[in-house]
Amino acid sequence: MPAVLIEDVHKSYGKLEVLKGVSLSVETGQVVALIGRSGSGKSTMLRCINGLEAFQSGRIEVAGHVVDQDPKRLRALRKDVGIVFQSYNLFPHLTVGQNIMLSPRITKNVPQAEALALAKDVLAQVGLSDKFDSYPDNLSGGQQQRVAIARSLAMQPKVMLFDEVTSALDPELTGEVLLVMEKLAKGGMTMILVTHEMNFARNVANTTVFMHQGKIWEQGPSRELFAAPQTPELQGFVKAGAQG
Amino acid sequence: MPIQFQFEPIFAESDRIVDGVLLTLGLSFGAIVLGLVLAILLVAAKSLLGRWVGLLVDAYVELMRNTPFLVQLFMLFFGLPLLGIRLPGTEAALLAMTLNLSAYATEIIRAGVDSIHRSQLEAGLSLAMTRRQVFQHVVLMPALARVWPALSSQFVLMLLASSICSFIAVPELSGTAAIIEQNTFRSFETYIVVTLIYLVLALTLKVALDRLGRAIFPRISSVDRLDAKAEAA
Amino acid sequence: MTTFGWPEALFLFRAAGWTLLLTAIAFLIGGLLGGVLAIMRLSRIRIVRRIAATYILVIQSIPVLMVLFMSYYGLSLFGVELPPFLAASASLAIYVSAYLAEIWRGSIESVPFQQWEASASLAHSPAQTYRHVILPQAVRISLPPTVGFLVQLVKNTSIVSVVGFVELARAGQLVNNATFDSFRVFGLVALIYFAICFPLSRLSRHLEKVMNASRPH
Repeated sequence: MPAVLIEDVHKSYGKLEVLKGVSLSVETGQVVALIGRSGSGKSTMLRCINGLEAFQSGRIEVAGHVVDQDPKRLRALRKDVGIVFQSYNLFPHLTVGQNIMLSPRITKNVPQAEALALAKDVLAQVGLSDKFDSYPDNLSGGQQQRVAIARSLAMQPKVMLFDEVTSALDPELTGEVLLVMEKLAKGGMTMILVTHEMNFARNVANTTVFMHQGKIWEQGPSRELFAAPQTPELQGFVKAGAQG
Repeated sequence: MPIQFQFEPIFAESDRIVDGVLLTLGLSFGAIVLGLVLAILLVAAKSLLGRWVGLLVDAYVELMRNTPFLVQLFMLFFGLPLLGIRLPGTEAALLAMTLNLSAYATEIIRAGVDSIHRSQLEAGLSLAMTRRQVFQHVVLMPALARVWPALSSQFVLMLLASSICSFIAVPELSGTAAIIEQNTFRSFETYIVVTLIYLVLALTLKVALDRLGRAIFPRISSVDRLDAKAEAA
Repeated sequence: MTTFGWPEALFLFRAAGWTLLLTAIAFLIGGLLGGVLAIMRLSRIRIVRRIAATYILVIQSIPVLMVLFMSYYGLSLFGVELPPFLAASASLAIYVSAYLAEIWRGSIESVPFQQWEASASLAHSPAQTYRHVILPQAVRISLPPTVGFLVQLVKNTSIVSVVGFVELARAGQLVNNATFDSFRVFGLVALIYFAICFPLSRLSRHLEKVMNASRPH
């Protein structure tokens, strides 16, 4: 059974239809990149997967959870599905360590000592062991984003979602975040990422999905897709990306 | 025993109530206009005159803002006669309200003036305006426009605080209530009616000030407005 | 007629104690009520929101004096004769609750909505989100305006003499009636109020500066 199964999802904001029947299947351990222009629906699609956005019709199943807006089922789903945002969204009143330990402790009743060990472990994975007692404000954007990834990892998710996680970062800081994500991918994490980093999509994602006007316009193995885009829209998009 | 409400005795005193409403409105409008003018003068003095004047203005503002309106009212009503200045209750009330409001308005307008970008001042000075002209033509109106919502709230609070003038037997709305209460012995009904009138007056004033603001400052969007908070008197 | 001397001054200082106690109790009860109202104001249920919003609008649009009269005479209508101190605290608490509710609602709302999203995405329940993520941040944001409001409260305690309670302002009136030394009497009364309020005003402004300096981007 696939880790993520999306079937004919439709979503509108009032009269504006932003997702017009999206279907996608992601196998366990796969890395899928969602690319496309802004307004193509890729971020909305991603946010539907952990229930941050409700959708009108269709069906999404993630890690064995059916996605709907029932609060209890949503919470169960979110224990297994992590998300990292463009603007990090760390809790500014908590230290790095507290940011990471909070959710395992209150949602899974992980004992303090175990949560501490877990936090140290995930911080080491993102290379920030020395920042345990720092406050988010005192970290660079790249470091904050790595903490956000560690915070998600501490929930031991089966699927990780990344929503343009490097878009808010200065160019010289994106590398450290991408490196952490690449390591995760190699470790076998199932990942779906919305990204503008075409090189990362090409080199790290197994599959790249090009979204356009609320639909999946074209998809395929990343290297093939970028080497030989079929539709004029993707050709134009890849070309513009190469120039920019 | 079921509670019996009797509103007829209250309505029999409607002339008195109308007089009370008129005095409340008169005092409030008077204090708003005079207080606003005084506040603008104080802000101008602080901006244009020397450091000592600024400190004096600050001291005045802090003194007024950190003592109760009631005590200010008592000071004027009971204190001034000792200096040979005998003010009737209504005049003492108007003076106290004006002074109190001017202090809050000064603080609010000053925040508006501080929010005007330096480049605006420099542009004005570069056009050979004097500092007074810059204040008058470049700074004042945009500053007022930005703080109009905060000023409006302060004006409404002044209307509400005018009720305190009944402490020195000024026959404004709540002073009238005290008289009607004595005449009718229907305390609760009296205060229900009077409270409802205050509610209507305050909400009407709020809407009117909002409209007025749009009329005087049509080209300032609400986004530009400074989020200064008004405080109770 | 007596002259204004040490016994009178002492009487005023003792009354100032009652002003402080009244402030503290009205703030505590009003704060509890205000907290509930703030959360009601943000409820997902429309009617709950409406009730809280109407209560706040009405209380903020009538004089504190009327709140005092209404609650005092309203209670006595039901045969409840509260001692003056309780009547004064209760009615001030009603006034306090409306203003604090509005201040705290604003503080809760100024926590960026991304914090709600991040918290929900980590499988926190709404209650856990409030408790661990939103309220700790909202409390920080609300500190300067809350302390600022405390100044308004101290000043507004001056009008509870209408329900027969002798706090600082009423004590001033009594001493004035006995001595006719209005300048010195109300001068001292004003000075005592100022000594309570001015430090609070400064603290509020200081807190605001600290918050602005450390505001997360």
